[in-house]
Amino acid sequence: MNSFLLIAIIFISAAILFVPIAKKLGMGSVLGYLIAGIVIGPYLLGFIESGDQGQDIMHTTEFGVVIMLFLIGLELDPENLWKMRDLILRVGLFQVLVTSALIFGFAIYLDIDWRISLAVSLSMALSSTAIVLSSLKEKGQLGSPVGKMSFGVLLMQDIAVIPILAIIPLLATVSGDLAANSEVEAGLIDSLPTWAQTLSIFGAIGIIILLGKYGFGPLLKWVSKSRLRELFTASALLIVFGISWLMQVVGLSPALGAFIAGVILANSPYRHALESDLEPFKGLLLGVFFMAVGATINFNLIIADPVTIISITLGIMLVKSLVLILIGKLRKLSTGQNLSFAIGLSQVSEFSFVTYAFALQFEVIDMSLSDQLMAITALTMTFTPLASLALDKFIIPKLEKEDPITGKEDEVIHEKNQVILLGFGNFGSTVGRFLRANGVECTILDYDPDRIDFLRKMGFKVYFGDGSQVNVLKTAGADEAKILISAIDTPSQTLQVIEICKEHFPQLEVMVRAKNRYDAYELMENGVRNIYREHLDTSVRMGEDVLRKMGFRAHTIHRLAAQFKKYDEDSLQILVNFKNDEGEYIQNAKKHIEQQENLLSGELMKKFSLNDHAWDSDSLKEDS
Amino acid sequence: MRKVLILFAHPKFEHSDVHSKLLAAVSGLENVVVRDLYELYPDFQVQVQPEQEALFDSDVIIWQHPIYWYSCPPLMKQWIDLVLEYGWAYGKNGIYLKNKYIFNAVSSGGSADVYSSEGRNRFSLETFMRSFEQTAYLCNMRYLPVFHVAGTHKIDAIQLGRKAKEYRDLILKLRDEEITLPYIQKP
Repeated sequence: MNSFLLIAIIFISAAILFVPIAKKLGMGSVLGYLIAGIVIGPYLLGFIESGDQGQDIMHTTEFGVVIMLFLIGLELDPENLWKMRDLILRVGLFQVLVTSALIFGFAIYLDIDWRISLAVSLSMALSSTAIVLSSLKEKGQLGSPVGKMSFGVLLMQDIAVIPILAIIPLLATVSGDLAANSEVEAGLIDSLPTWAQTLSIFGAIGIIILLGKYGFGPLLKWVSKSRLRELFTASALLIVFGISWLMQVVGLSPALGAFIAGVILANSPYRHALESDLEPFKGLLLGVFFMAVGATINFNLIIADPVTIISITLGIMLVKSLVLILIGKLRKLSTGQNLSFAIGLSQVSEFSFVTYAFALQFEVIDMSLSDQLMAITALTMTFTPLASLALDKFIIPKLEKEDPITGKEDEVIHEKNQVILLGFGNFGSTVGRFLRANGVECTILDYDPDRIDFLRKMGFKVYFGDGSQVNVLKTAGADEAKILISAIDTPSQTLQVIEICKEHFPQLEVMVRAKNRYDAYELMENGVRNIYREHLDTSVRMGEDVLRKMGFRAHTIHRLAAQFKKYDEDSLQILVNFKNDEGEYIQNAKKHIEQQENLLSGELMKKFSLNDHAWDSDSLKEDS
Repeated sequence: MRKVLILFAHPKFEHSDVHSKLLAAVSGLENVVVRDLYELYPDFQVQVQPEQEALFDSDVIIWQHPIYWYSCPPLMKQWIDLVLEYGWAYGKNGIYLKNKYIFNAVSSGGSADVYSSEGRNRFSLETFMRSFEQTAYLCNMRYLPVFHVAGTHKIDAIQLGRKAKEYRDLILKLRDEEITLPYIQKP
């Protein structure tokens, strides 16, 4: 227990120390974590005693990648994924095949045994999902052409993992014993014949799709009715854990399964809530994961033969970049985009650590080679963020000057609406319908599962969420939105939302429903300018109709009603100053009400001769 | 330097190329203020006091609007009805607009030649604008010649650009130079 706490303290302190510095220097958080890992690793401070310990931590925290792909799936509904099929199949497949073929060719040329060459080249063709997607997200480029292409390649690579793992045992010089394999969990179905294995793979994917469509929704609804936030988080984790386990049983990549489940849940009302609940887990796990990668870099090995290791590292990165540049050219990326696409994906994947171990198990490669490969892989992971940084800082600005189109962003994967609407009861839904009728779509959040169900059936896109949490607002797009409408019933909750917006989303224009005058005062004191008292308009309109039925002319009443409302709003601005002084308040309010009534009754009775000179000819007549 | 006030009335400004070009050409100029009436008073509840203050504060006033049924859009008329009060703009003690310059800057779908005794509209644009002229006259103002962008359905970008520049030059001249244009004023 003690040592766990100590390790946790070391990791977190290192992260707290190095990541902000890295971000300040414009290096991105991934590099910060890697550096932190190197520093606390066995070769500098030695808090992590050996590379093995680092690897253990790495394997544990690889789960962050699974959660990340689940989250990415959530942002991509099936329709959008289908649109990307060409990107995944053609671009992705081309990258994997050509890159591994080239590396394989080089290795053969260097007289390395073909089995080793094949295992290594297949592993090296993969790029790090964790690093690439984290960096893209940090730079806000997931939706850009570069982001989409990178994503297509990464997704294909995740699929490619399946055949790669199938090929390595075939290369074995000795017959390895799968059951004794400690690195890769033995699947339950390994004893089955091939056709049954294939069948169970499809079965597993089928189960995920079915669960996603019919199972998870009701589960989340049931849980959310309990109004226990932590139970909802637990269910989110349960979904991800469950899928990962199922995938491991049939020998597929858990990340791929999580991604599929995410895509299916992308249209669910719980999307935003799931995103905001899982985000911290993903961030923490990935952070520790990157640190563990940093800690596993075997500096002894590098120092022993720096020229070989570094040149192989750079060689691999070069080969991968060149293949990617070719793809980028074929896909008509601009030079700047192409470079950031190619360099961004030029590292070797975290998954390669698994394939090395796997190959070692089957004695395709030996221990010293495995160590070297791991060092190379970790180095590529450290070098790419550095190269990307140099690219962003020095080369892209120059290119952009020459080629102004580079900066143009394509439409994002999931478009965020400009308006966020909190609370979709009678008030909110009326606002929402009116906006929609005029072509303005809102991102709608509500926290009543039954109402969400009902409204979804009616064709509204309502999401489960509680606007009083920063994360939920963030995933609903509060960072980029223009306007936040709070149509929430409970004033205390509204105030909470306003506090959050002031602190985290200062650019948001907040428009708020207020119950009554006193509610409005409180909102005004909190700096809200757009306040809508829910009864004001309706009651005045009713009054208008009463007066009409009593025989007053409609247009006159209409004008006076508008005046009344304006007067009422104006007096609110004055009376708010006396809100806390009861005596003064009553006195002032009385004065205002009297004045108002005088004004209006005077106008009505005297046919607006006193204060309203519109279309007035009395004074004209008097003067003539 | 004179102060210029543009009273602009267009119920569907977002669909008007002509007026957006005209306004774009003059907005941001020093001492030129635009009051977009349909934006200020979507419910036609024109507020008299701020309007009178704006008028009193300026030396050159422009009624800028499209021609609808040979006249201005209804909010402009509402504005005239409500703001130009007896005892303020005209009549006994109604001296606050005296000697200010005013004119109409209008656009019309019909070309310039349909506005003549021989043309389809049978009367000249000046004839149609008489009610504005007389309004200015009654208020002791100086009514300047109308600025007309004609044939808006067919106008091309170059012609429109030229017209917009002409408008800008006119306003700059009225703002900065001695006014030599002919005007009509009650003697």
